[in-house]
Amino acid sequence: MDEKPLYEGCLTVAGGNFDNAGEVSASIKTILKKMGLPSDVVRKAALVTYESEINIVSYARRGMIRLHVVPGSIMIEAIDEGPGIPDIELAMQPGYSTASPRIREMGFGAGMGLCNIKSFSDMFKISSEVGRGTYLKMIIKTNRDPLNS
Amino acid sequence: MDLESIVKAFDLRIRSGEDKLKAEIRGGYTGDLLSDVIGNSKEGDIWITRQVHQNIVAVASLKEHAGIILVQGCEPAKDTLDKAIKEGVPILVSDLSAFELTGRIYNFIKPLPTARR
Repeated sequence: MDEKPLYEGCLTVAGGNFDNAGEVSASIKTILKKMGLPSDVVRKAALVTYESEINIVSYARRGMIRLHVVPGSIMIEAIDEGPGIPDIELAMQPGYSTASPRIREMGFGAGMGLCNIKSFSDMFKISSEVGRGTYLKMIIKTNRDPLNS
Repeated sequence: MDLESIVKAFDLRIRSGEDKLKAEIRGGYTGDLLSDVIGNSKEGDIWITRQVHQNIVAVASLKEHAGIILVQGCEPAKDTLDKAIKEGVPILVSDLSAFELTGRIYNFIKPLPTARR
């Protein structure tokens, strides 16, 4: 990741705002599409961003999503200020969720968000500090470089 | 099989995306849990749900679904409809239950098992 980035950007996500949820992932999708990246890669990047965005909206006070594209890969980081996750192993289990009834009513909180992020990413890292927030790092490999296409 | 054939065969009411009805349907997915739909549906699927809030448009758009069918005569919320029109996502309405509509559409399009698509 020390090569000169092809794209670098940072977008903020407000906690609790379900109405605008999905805007960051939609922007990221547009940016990556314009760069000429393959559609399956763009879709995966948009989906991991969407799940991260929903997590920030559902649980955190605020957060940001950073996009960093270099030849060969896309890195997405989701950083939030929120309650943090006390037991990451438990949170990674399919079906485990601490979502409120309000969140569940909208069809979120199935306990599959982090599993989806893991399965759509080529590399996924999560760390969290209770009372401070959560950090997600996702890397998606791009088999075709936008510069060479 | 295109979306228009399904609209006609099941008397679906078109609420948005009239110009996207030529989209090819490759299969479908039925569910109300958004992360389940994100994780398990495929692009080109028709998504059957009874969720009506605007996040369904984001999910269908990100997953590149051919369209959304709302069951039990549920109408999209106003924000949902505005967003669907803006993003060109077809929303269709059926009076049938999710169970009945899924079964009928499955028999109509006879999709390949998901693993082979």
